[in-house]
Amino acid sequence: MTGTTHSDALISRRVRRLETLLEERGIVTGAAVDEAIDAFLTGASAAGGARVVARAWTDPGFRERLLADGTEAVTELGLSAGGVQPQRLRVVENTAGTHNIVVCTLCSCYPVRLLGPSPSWYKSEAYRSRVVREPRAVLAEFGLVLPPDVAVTVWDSTSETRYMVLPRRPAGTEHLDEPALASLVTRNALIGTAAL
Amino acid sequence: MTDDRYAPGARVRTVHHDPPHHTRLPRYARGKRGTVIEPEGRAPLADVRAQGRDDWPVEQVYAVRFAARDLWGEGEHHVVLDLFESYLEDDQP
Repeated sequence: MTGTTHSDALISRRVRRLETLLEERGIVTGAAVDEAIDAFLTGASAAGGARVVARAWTDPGFRERLLADGTEAVTELGLSAGGVQPQRLRVVENTAGTHNIVVCTLCSCYPVRLLGPSPSWYKSEAYRSRVVREPRAVLAEFGLVLPPDVAVTVWDSTSETRYMVLPRRPAGTEHLDEPALASLVTRNALIGTAAL
Repeated sequence: MTDDRYAPGARVRTVHHDPPHHTRLPRYARGKRGTVIEPEGRAPLADVRAQGRDDWPVEQVYAVRFAARDLWGEGEHHVVLDLFESYLEDDQP
């Protein structure tokens, strides 16, 4: 894929051609397509995921509900996990002894509503093929070197469930309120390729 | 009472299929031993749906945990995949 921009990619050309045909035949209008994309992406950024994490760090009851049923729990914050198809959100928690990482080896499934559009490396062949095989080496390339006694679990989104990582709360943040905590949460921490 | 074939903790083996159409069982996890974590909810079988047919069965999808050693012959980590029931068989030790 090196040297290929997104708009040159075969799939992008196919989609554009398909859209053109649908418009020419009066099946759909360009405005309707734009509207659907806008509606889907409105408010979709990692800020949503960060708010969920900050709430889980400060509210033990919410944390429990989040880990038990992520789809339901995020609605308490007015957020939705849903995509174009019904999707289940499952939040996986990092602890002192465990670290979680999310991938989609088959394509690039991702909780867009809570994390915004996925980064290009998430969609890359290299990340998708290597992270299931050598997660520690991949994490080290992201600058995260885990102690050998931390157990690593890789979650491959092969069906309708989307995964988000609940990172560990950084030490020394006891005095911070929820918005300040949310501002510490990075997109990569929600994917599991960074710690905080 | 569910009609799920597998309960959490069940030892399973994935089928070793190589279909000419779309499937959600990645090549690296075919014919491998794993352990069911829990059911994820029922969904239309993607293998049939992706062929443009409308006779897809709705199956339970399970989160199944695999040891890296069983997938790659090495490594200490685990990989969890979401797999349709028909991808799984009872593991015969």
